[in-house]
Amino acid sequence: MSRDLDHLGRPLIAVTGMGVVTSLGAGLAENWAALTSGQSGIHTITRFPTDFLKTTISGTVDFLDSSSAGMGPLTLELGATAAREAIAQSGISGDFGGPLFLAAPPIELTWHDRLSVYEKGTGEGYARLLAAARSTDNRNVFETMQFGYVAERLADEFGVRGLPITTSTACASGATAIQLGVEAIRRGESDRALIVGADGSANAESMIRFSLLSALSTQNDPPQKASKPFSRDRDGFVLAEGGAALVLESLASARARGANILGIIRGCGEKADDFHRTRSKPDGSPAIAAIRAALADAGAGEHEIGYVNAHGTSTPENDKMEHLSLSTVFGERMPAIPISSNKSMIGHTLSAAGAVEAVFSLMTMREGTLPPTINYDNPDPAISLDVVPNVKRNADVGMVLSNSFGFGGQNACLVMAREPG
Amino acid sequence: MGPQDVVITGIGLVSCLGEGTEAHWQAFRSPQLPPPVNTEAFPPYPVHMVPEIDLNLQIPKRGDQRQMEAWQRLGVYTAGLALDDAGMKSDETMCASMDMIVAAAGGERDVQVDETIMSGAGQAADFEVFLNERLTNDLRPTLFPAQLSNLLAGNISIVHKVTGSSRTMMGEEGAGISALATAVARLSSGQSTHMLVGAAIHNEAPDKLMVFETGQLLHQGPWQPVWSRTGEGQGSIIGSGAAFLVLETRAHADARGRKAYATIEKVVAGRTKREGHALRDGIAALASDAGLASGSLIVSGATGMRDITQAEEQALEAHALRGYGSLTGHLREVQMPFGVAIAALALAHGEALPPISEPEKPFSGAPERVAATSVSTTRGEGIVVLARA
Repeated sequence: MSRDLDHLGRPLIAVTGMGVVTSLGAGLAENWAALTSGQSGIHTITRFPTDFLKTTISGTVDFLDSSSAGMGPLTLELGATAAREAIAQSGISGDFGGPLFLAAPPIELTWHDRLSVYEKGTGEGYARLLAAARSTDNRNVFETMQFGYVAERLADEFGVRGLPITTSTACASGATAIQLGVEAIRRGESDRALIVGADGSANAESMIRFSLLSALSTQNDPPQKASKPFSRDRDGFVLAEGGAALVLESLASARARGANILGIIRGCGEKADDFHRTRSKPDGSPAIAAIRAALADAGAGEHEIGYVNAHGTSTPENDKMEHLSLSTVFGERMPAIPISSNKSMIGHTLSAAGAVEAVFSLMTMREGTLPPTINYDNPDPAISLDVVPNVKRNADVGMVLSNSFGFGGQNACLVMAREPG
Repeated sequence: MGPQDVVITGIGLVSCLGEGTEAHWQAFRSPQLPPPVNTEAFPPYPVHMVPEIDLNLQIPKRGDQRQMEAWQRLGVYTAGLALDDAGMKSDETMCASMDMIVAAAGGERDVQVDETIMSGAGQAADFEVFLNERLTNDLRPTLFPAQLSNLLAGNISIVHKVTGSSRTMMGEEGAGISALATAVARLSSGQSTHMLVGAAIHNEAPDKLMVFETGQLLHQGPWQPVWSRTGEGQGSIIGSGAAFLVLETRAHADARGRKAYATIEKVVAGRTKREGHALRDGIAALASDAGLASGSLIVSGATGMRDITQAEEQALEAHALRGYGSLTGHLREVQMPFGVAIAALALAHGEALPPISEPEKPFSGAPERVAATSVSTTRGEGIVVLARA
């Protein structure tokens, strides 16, 4: 049916299931209620001591069984929890039967595990570590430090088809995973795809690495006020954990099985930046190109976007660059397009962010409610945007742009819309 | 043959066998055993180390070299070789619209910092506080970008200006398979016109050995061909290396008058449990999906791990296998792109590869098709079938 196809005759991609876990709680309902009431999930870190750390706050997810089990197990549980919710909502039972695209952080041996092996040996340094590894059984440690481990466990639990793909495009990973799924369905490889974004990597070493790059906010007190995208006194992002999942299906197949259609992924755009490893090109040209590519892929005009789910990290540079890019694309209309940053409340969920924010973008259209940008008490005069300051707003939005930008020159943008009539 | 066929028009290779297509073709045409293998750097583990390369040839800015760790330098260098080979290097328009998929691990560590922390752990009143203090004071800020998986691709964008798009896939050998499978699918469906695909790994450091040895995968003692490592303490001899390919649609290559090495006809991938005969049967089923005729020439990425390698050997016993890990060492994420590159070289030269070691079977005549396999030690397996261009 032509109403199931897009402007290029490709299958339209429906979302039929969504799940989410953030520091605000587990599940769509809980998250959406907290997000629209302007609640922050950012808190003082209790998972590990913060002595010597410049930043002592985070949006860690502390209420799961694996919350203290290290980044591999926690990333898995965040992803699995979100995927269970999404698949249940989609009404698909039994084996999922389509491919899995996972956005996840690079997994590493934890210090706890490294020391547990070290203690079994004698001598010093890595020689001792290697000898102990050879002479004792560390299979469990080995498994959880494999980059393919989380995807395999998810693949087994949900009965996905084929070799799952784990992608990392830094802070754009979630959006990239969605794009991979959209492309696979457009190619006709499958009628459906499971997208999972998960990141449980808030440990001391990870915090210190970001701190050494001056990327994190150090406004530790009070924690919930630290993430203040588009504010004059913003000083960095707040590292956080989260998971999100989306069931993507061709609209035709979703309609054929009578599924409830939550929204449409209309277009995806990407563009790499060649400027710097951790900074974006000052003129914003790669982000501009990614936004334009997403609009073109969606077959949508600039005037159709009714709301922007910002990348909005609360770093001085990102918010400035994002404002410049959006202003370039949307021109004089930009100050009138509402834009808000979920990160003001949940922090930056890194590899999961693109997927988490896609879920919230779809909820925004479904519920007719724009979540606010909280902590907007001191606007940056150089950034003239309608950031939906501090309090949610009712609005009838038919199409949303969601931005994701990351280290390594990663820029990925998604255009999402309501189900066509 | 059709305009949407996926062809290989550029190859970049670096391994212990040298750098570039010619060095590798000669090394595979007349394999020398044992291959270059270092047994002194990391006893008791032999490692296939890469020779000295002149990074300035592909990474002209010293500042760029300093911002990277060894695996990234190796990858960026090799990506440059592939772009040069395809006649696309420094073609700004071509690179700015080029899509990129990199298979990567990363996770580089500062060995000295780790060793200080491990040796001090026992005396620390509170280990976690001690850890915070040491990491805060001792970690180099530049290490983080040098250990992030997607920063090999990021550095390729910076150095070679490949900026159409940039995606990184993770997951050991499976990442290399998925990178190729996704690239081929995007090209043949019209989602892209030209792509850079590849991977790099640099294993010449104890923290890298540890990633393998935590699972007791490393081979100890004298070098052996991959098919013969059946004894105690035998397994994967790891190597350093990188392989990058420039892939285009035939229409795109024809339009710019480039001759191709080979066509990629098919990519199949699966995920079979590594239990009992399941893997053997899974590989056999993949070979059947790939449509491999009996007696095919197969460039095999066998890891040298006994059970996994034997499963592949049994599943593909009707074919002429060439276990290139015997020569290069196991290259994990790089394995699939590397095998595809060698298969493409054989097709371009119109020559079969001779057996590397026992019990590989001879192959007579010029091959019309060559396949490449990668069967992971842990999860994921794939076969790529290439045909003459």
